[in-house]
Amino acid sequence: MNDLLLKDFVERGALERLQYERLRETLERVYNNVPFYRKSFDEAGVKPSDLKTLKDLSKFPFTNKTDLRDNYPFGLLAVPQKDIVRIHASSGTTGKPTVVCYTRHDLECWAETMCRTFQLGGATENDIFQVGYGYGLFTGGLGAHYGAERLGASVIPMGGGATEKQIMLIRDFGTTVFCGTPSYFIHLIEEAEKLGVDLKETKLRLGFFGAEPWTEAMRDLIESRTNIKAHDIFGLSEIMGPGVSADCIYHEGLHVFEDHYYPEIIDPETGELLPPGEEGEICFTNITKEGMPMIRYRTHDISRLHYERCRCGRTIVRMEKVRRRSDDMLIIHGVNLFPTQVESVLLGIPGTSPHYQLVVSRPKAMDELEIRVEVTPEAFSDQVRGLEVLRAQIASRIKQLIGLSARITLVEPGTIERSIGKAKRVIDLRNQK
Amino acid sequence: MSVKQLSIFLENRPGRLVTVAKVLGDAGVSILALSVADTKDFGILRLIVDDVAKADEALHGQGILCQISDVTAVEIGSAPGSLAFVLELFTKSGVNVEYMYAIAEPCSTHPVMVFRFDQPKAALEALAAAGIHVCTDAEVLSHGQRA
Repeated sequence: MNDLLLKDFVERGALERLQYERLRETLERVYNNVPFYRKSFDEAGVKPSDLKTLKDLSKFPFTNKTDLRDNYPFGLLAVPQKDIVRIHASSGTTGKPTVVCYTRHDLECWAETMCRTFQLGGATENDIFQVGYGYGLFTGGLGAHYGAERLGASVIPMGGGATEKQIMLIRDFGTTVFCGTPSYFIHLIEEAEKLGVDLKETKLRLGFFGAEPWTEAMRDLIESRTNIKAHDIFGLSEIMGPGVSADCIYHEGLHVFEDHYYPEIIDPETGELLPPGEEGEICFTNITKEGMPMIRYRTHDISRLHYERCRCGRTIVRMEKVRRRSDDMLIIHGVNLFPTQVESVLLGIPGTSPHYQLVVSRPKAMDELEIRVEVTPEAFSDQVRGLEVLRAQIASRIKQLIGLSARITLVEPGTIERSIGKAKRVIDLRNQK
Repeated sequence: MSVKQLSIFLENRPGRLVTVAKVLGDAGVSILALSVADTKDFGILRLIVDDVAKADEALHGQGILCQISDVTAVEIGSAPGSLAFVLELFTKSGVNVEYMYAIAEPCSTHPVMVFRFDQPKAALEALAAAGIHVCTDAEVLSHGQRA
């Protein structure tokens, strides 16, 4: 058993002492170095020294996605800019991305937790990894890449797309482990079948899938059509990226690497800390991160924490797979989307109305987004061209600002349901079995 | 010279065309000519009716998106080659026909076609120079009633 693996099997008392030390030190550091935290702690009337036990963290204020936006791009740095060695970003809520910054130490911690993620599924230095997550600002590609290198595996930095080439490399290079979004991998399976390639005859044995919600039915599909054991990775760029938690061979919840990412479950309405085992919104606090630590970051993901030792023997806490959120954020192809983002795009285009509806479906393996928009009298004429131009304009603005390809459907005015106060903006057909 | 055309936005779902036809029927409006432009997701129904104002009011009253625009109604001979002759005039004057459709009149010796041009003025000049009759609203209406 290597040193990294040992961290998952640590005695809980020792783990909690370590967490306390790291948390206390982090609170001191952000209070001293980040004006935003100093102000929010002061306003809440708390000081880092008020943390006498881990539970006292509940006295500290939350951090929200809007705080990252308000401090865009580098306002939340807890170290001088010269110590930052990597910058990532994810799609934001108003066209501006959510920015995250890493020191060299942060990248090492990230690689470590991604490495531990792969070990949860039984990957070793003998494996050949094909990283099918997108590289670039998105944390998926480089996160998986450095984790697999830390493991000592051979890494193919393939990136997303180019499915035929992916299949060729899987066969020619003898890829044993695939990382990517589950919907993309299912697409790859279907493409392979079309090409007459039986993935069961390749060396593929493990898959680590994440960056979007997926179901047990998708796991069954992947495992029945390949020889892959499919593992679930959870993560968010604000905290680190992929590898905040992941499931082991028993699939009874995702092990949180809580010596780096300290989880709490709160009541999403009142913000009150909930006891272990209760369902609520999961929040994370970075306790080893230097660049841009998050204190009680609200994920809006609904989950539960289980502190009993897992059947695999690990002592670190498990979080239940996230099945719903406390807000209206959608995750489509790994891209975060708030309906209000669509609204602001529409408001910027003459001839559209703020009456719209998002329909998310998964007709085959891939997520599809349809945006229904009511046509206004200003946009309508006797010519087809005018409306076609409008549709193309909406689609291209959505692609540009949000990064998603959407199908735009123009509907008659007054046909999108207006419930009292708020229209029914989202129809998500994906998780219906 | 132009005639009034009514354009109606149609979502691509069953029953939309029927709804429009019923609204017009209930308002006592007669349809003299129609064409449907359709795309994968929506359609535009274009109509020449006997009472544009009444039709417009009735459709608006039902929340149906419609719009009035000007088109040209051209009298065309019934002999073979008549349509080609007229179209050629437009080609020669560099006018594009954006869409066209016929006014229903099975027994007429002078069928009328409705045109939407990219340059209506140039089209009218070409028609006048060739001595081709362009109908007024009243003529179109009487034409329709004769039929």
